[in-house]
Amino acid sequence: MSENVYTLTNVYKTYRNDGKEFEALKDVSLEVREGEIFGIIGMSGAGKSTLVRTLNRLEEVSSGKVEFYGRDLAELKQKELREVRHDISMIFQSFNLLNQRTVIENIEQPLRIAGVPRRERRDKAREMLKVVGLEAKENEYPTRLSGGQKQRVAIARALAADPKVLLCDEATSALDPKITGEILDLLKVINEERKLTIIIITHEMSVVEKICDRVAIIDEGNLAEVGDVKDVFSNPRSKAAKKLVFPSNPFDPSSPDGKLIRIVFDGLRASEPFIANLVEQTGLKVNILSANTRSVGGIGYGQMVLELPADPADQKAVVDFFKAGGLAVSEVNTYE
Amino acid sequence: MSDYIINTIISGVWETLIMTFFASLFSYVVGLPLGVLLYVTSRGRLLENRAVNIVFGTIVNVMRSLPFLILLVLLIPFTRLVTGSSIGTVASIVPLTVGAIPIVARMVESSLCEVQPGIIEAATSMGASPLYTVLHFILPEATPSLIHGGAINVATVLGYSAMAGVIGGGGLGAIALQYGYYRYQSDVMWTTVTLLVIMVMVIQEVGTLLAKKKRK
Repeated sequence: MSENVYTLTNVYKTYRNDGKEFEALKDVSLEVREGEIFGIIGMSGAGKSTLVRTLNRLEEVSSGKVEFYGRDLAELKQKELREVRHDISMIFQSFNLLNQRTVIENIEQPLRIAGVPRRERRDKAREMLKVVGLEAKENEYPTRLSGGQKQRVAIARALAADPKVLLCDEATSALDPKITGEILDLLKVINEERKLTIIIITHEMSVVEKICDRVAIIDEGNLAEVGDVKDVFSNPRSKAAKKLVFPSNPFDPSSPDGKLIRIVFDGLRASEPFIANLVEQTGLKVNILSANTRSVGGIGYGQMVLELPADPADQKAVVDFFKAGGLAVSEVNTYE
Repeated sequence: MSDYIINTIISGVWETLIMTFFASLFSYVVGLPLGVLLYVTSRGRLLENRAVNIVFGTIVNVMRSLPFLILLVLLIPFTRLVTGSSIGTVASIVPLTVGAIPIVARMVESSLCEVQPGIIEAATSMGASPLYTVLHFILPEATPSLIHGGAINVATVLGYSAMAGVIGGGGLGAIALQYGYYRYQSDVMWTTVTLLVIMVMVIQEVGTLLAKKKRK
């Protein structure tokens, strides 16, 4: 059994502003395991940025506990906290590199803070630059680099101090899809080769799909759902999860008695012609309103929104047919 | 213009430069840390401290609102204490420095405010202490802006130094006043004024150039 990097127990965060209270986090409890890529996803304003900042105590929690390898972060003195922060690196949406310093000087920063001698830190910084594939840019200034290159430098800087965990706060949100893909591939390689635990904050489903092992869904400060990415994606239980996993359905049923259902199938069943089977075996017709597939961790998942016949008995027959075939079926509310 | 006047003007240029240089230097020795203090203790910053911020902020505001001419007179006893005299080039450096400190402090504060908060967050997340963050993150990032502000400050000090002529300070300002104004020698006055304008322009241009070169 692998060890927990983070254990969050009943974490609350309340902001007080001009007498008004705002609960950014409400009773969040979760665990992050060693070596995994853990995604935290939510709409903007859901509290995910606050959540990630409690993980290195950039934000203090109002109540509850954030434990990093069993140590309660809130109990650390300032000096101890600074020591612990050497083990928790962070990269940001806006990169946050020093524009007045060269690439290599930027990467050296965490080592310099940790008091590593000049020679050693230069060697280490060069090594990190190689990991992110930017050896040629050693003496450039960050303003001369593209967004993707800047994030690579930020990753090199984050890795330089040999952290135990890497926090990514919307690290790809300022990048285009192609560059996002490249950065995610790099993070995956780093995760595998260095056994580095990575926590990714994002509002993009595609990021979680691509590299995360487990995912937590944050909705209005609450932890809506947490689990393996493939489980959450194939069978989202919470409303917030459904909203994120399934794009909103633009269609209404064509008759007022019509009923919409959503079926979700995984890679194996995706090859079966079950709509054709339905028609053949039951003689009932359904109307396909939307359908798509996505790849999660290399396995294809598909979903369809179907409109069922008006007769309740027919509706039940269709649902039973799909359930018997092992598909996940859920009712769709048009006002969802 | 007689040789005597020309020689006086030449030494006046020299005196003005000396006053400006040392007053600027000393005002930064005090004003830079003061500006950093105002910045880090203000709301939402690294070492937020309302009491300290209000105390020093008020001192700076009061000093800034005193007309420089009044400050010159008010400081005469203090100037005498420090330099042993209240007239002349060296003595003028004292009120010039005191007058420039609050301006420098506010200018530094505003330059530091331009630094992206994300940079500071990054430093904190790396385990940097507040002092380290100021020295190695905030000040380097603010350098081009600090240089820009520096040029404005030095030009201001130069302008103030001319005013010091009123209470017996040296430099071009005194010459403009003594010969140009009191004796109606308008050629002397225009010469000195032109020289002052040129000096301010050179300072401003050099400052802008340095800041531009520094900004990566």
